[in-house]
Amino acid sequence: MSQWVINGIRRGIQTTAYPAKPETAAGVSPGLPLGGAYPLEQMNSLMARCPTRVFSARDGQLVVDERHCIHCYRCMHGANQPVNWRQDYEWGTIRDGQGEFGRPFEKSIHICVMDAGDCGACLNEVRQLNNPYYNMHRLGFFITPTPRHADVLLVVGAVTDHIKFTLQKVYEAMPTPKRVVAVGACALTGGVFADSFVCTKGVADVLPVDVEVPGNPAPPLAILHGLLVAVGRKAPWSPAVQAPPEKETPNESGHAAAASARTKA
Amino acid sequence: MNRNELRNEVERRWPGQAQCRYNGSNCEVTCTHAVLPELSGRLFLEWNYSFGGLIVEEGSDEWQLRYVFYGDGEVGRPTDNGFVHVPVTAPLADKTFPSIAKFVHAADWHEREAEDMFGVVFEGHPRLGDFILHDDAWQEGVEPMRRSFDAQAAMHHRRPATDWRPRRIVQEPGAFVMPVGPKYSGVTEPAHFLLESVGEDVIRSTPRLFYKWRAVEKLAEGKTPDRVLLLAERFAATTAFAHGLAFCEAVERICGANVPPRARILRVFLAELERLRQHAGAIQEICESTGLVVANSQAGILEEDLLRTSGELTGHRYLFGLVALGGLSRNLSDEACAKALEQCRRTLKLLNQLEQRLRVSSSFLDRLEQVGIVPQRTAWVYGLLGPIARASGVVRDLRRAQPYLSYEDYQFDVPGETEGDGYARLRILFAEARQSVRIMEQAVAALQTQQSNNPIIHQSLSLGAGAALGWVEAPRGATFHWVRLNDEGKIVRYHILTPSFANWHGFHLAVEKFAFQDFPIMLSTFDLSVAENDR
Ligand code: SF4
Repeated sequence: MSQWVINGIRRGIQTTAYPAKPETAAGVSPGLPLGGAYPLEQMNSLMARCPTRVFSARDGQLVVDERHCIHCYRCMHGANQPVNWRQDYEWGTIRDGQGEFGRPFEKSIHICVMDAGDCGACLNEVRQLNNPYYNMHRLGFFITPTPRHADVLLVVGAVTDHIKFTLQKVYEAMPTPKRVVAVGACALTGGVFADSFVCTKGVADVLPVDVEVPGNPAPPLAILHGLLVAVGRKAPWSPAVQAPPEKETPNESGHAAAASARTKA
Repeated sequence: MNRNELRNEVERRWPGQAQCRYNGSNCEVTCTHAVLPELSGRLFLEWNYSFGGLIVEEGSDEWQLRYVFYGDGEVGRPTDNGFVHVPVTAPLADKTFPSIAKFVHAADWHEREAEDMFGVVFEGHPRLGDFILHDDAWQEGVEPMRRSFDAQAAMHHRRPATDWRPRRIVQEPGAFVMPVGPKYSGVTEPAHFLLESVGEDVIRSTPRLFYKWRAVEKLAEGKTPDRVLLLAERFAATTAFAHGLAFCEAVERICGANVPPRARILRVFLAELERLRQHAGAIQEICESTGLVVANSQAGILEEDLLRTSGELTGHRYLFGLVALGGLSRNLSDEACAKALEQCRRTLKLLNQLEQRLRVSSSFLDRLEQVGIVPQRTAWVYGLLGPIARASGVVRDLRRAQPYLSYEDYQFDVPGETEGDGYARLRILFAEARQSVRIMEQAVAALQTQQSNNPIIHQSLSLGAGAALGWVEAPRGATFHWVRLNDEGKIVRYHILTPSFANWHGFHLAVEKFAFQDFPIMLSTFDLSVAENDR
């Protein structure tokens, strides 16, 4: 047995310095497209290439609704004028209308992870949070198998018809106050499954969602950021360049575009 | 058995009722309904052909059923790829076919799926209904894959019953049933198990699945292959590249496309990188289930290392957006591949060290040895696939049996074990990881040769009507994607046959007569994906 102890110690500490310091290792995040000022022609070609209507143009600016991005890289690979790309991972946002959370969970939370029909990748990224690289226990985050002990419900996957009822029961079984963190494109918008007749267009169709983490799948550090946002220890990501001039938010217009695309199809 | 022997045998046994003909490099055996069960049974039980799957299509005036079998293709003879298709038809009004499941038990779930999705009835099948569509939640008569089915119409759902149970449960004094799932344990995919027990030992466990059924095949209908590729990559994304590749292979076969040599080599490289990463993940889960903390952490580090290697090389940790119809969507430089290979070699070294230490940890071995044994004969009869089957002595690997992507040019072994227990399955994972790195080394060497130095990695396709099968040895086992395109190049039928579907079918074999606390171990050594099964 002692060989394990010795070997474990010999391996040293591998854990990321995040959130105290940014993580700089390569390959920790698939990145996201970056909005901002682009030539009109390029904006049009990007909008045509993207299969999920992530892009829209407003006032000469390219507006990016990353909630819809499914990481197909069609706006990059093979594009004559590829989009700019950001390699960060602090993607957690507070869903519209949820307001400030206050600080009920600041020190430690128990998380119930619910797979509501994901492809396995988001769930695998959640699993990575327990490995030494991310070791989320050090932040006071614990995964609990039962909703009765959970403060946060972390949902992945486009909610399927068969699992919807279970998901609702899990949510109801949690004591209040509670938060819902939706992780991954499928949980936010239905992703590639949005048009399926047995899937919803996101967890928000079923439950009140507080924090959203985009990505297909969302990388571990983005999920970590989303959890830190949920407990008020990190500020949500805010698209400074993409601040909407009118009342209508970029998210809503993204929704509208996707919705009209659907009715056309 | 080669194709001439097969033809002689078929014509001798069923003169006038069955015929062997060649369609491209496929062999097609047409037969009457009466002969179908016996013919399939002989192919499967006597002549050593594996059962690939059943593909049901609703034509304009007839049902077209296609039973896919595959044996060992003859390497170096492209005329015989070892596949035997058995197509059977019937007018649309006649929805009954003979069941082959009593001879080919591997076809059991395929027939149940076809009954649920199309309403086709298989005479003699003991257990149709309540499979993909949960009977307690769906109204009667829903046949979602029929052309007449309106996916936009409002669906009347019932509230799922919480007291579902299989048809038979153990009846004995003191017997009880412990329900597990659909939401259970920490980070798990939804599946429902009933552990039937009399005291300490569990006698049987019947899984109920398809909580994650997203109707991917229905969703694909009427879409362009370009769009459906997104689905193929994303329905089971822990093995995204393999499934994307199988779909592309099918479409490329329809169009007769010639994938450029460099793209073929890179595809092999990426497919093996994915296998290595997936096996490291499976090893981590086995270590986790046995509660060996340090080993769990170390395997976790290795999995994350490989995810980062993939991310650094391709931009995406699960290799999304790489494979494209006719090649790859972007080139990868020789240097980047060599660097990734270097990282994989380092990870493999640590993986080997981990294996050495696990081999001498008796507390770990005690929990894996003699646990969840699947004997060779049973593995064959249930049509188990991939590392699970190879651990039970059913050593068939599509990379060897039906080479695609010029796998025949690579040197590698297909490891096999005979014990069929949890430990054998773990050893197979380690052994295959080594072979993957070996193939990657050859791929990197091949990239540097003159001929493939041509940077073209993509060929555009001219889409047209047709149908074809694409096959890939995915990390969890053989996967087959059947694609039919119409004149406009849109998808008419997309059917995905996955290794997890086959292996979940046999999972209950491993979980008979065991102690309660071994359940997570059995689950982890089977390396099952619910997403891949449910589709
Ligand atoms: S990666 Fe794909 S989904 Fe995301 S913005 Fe680019 S084109 Fe759209």
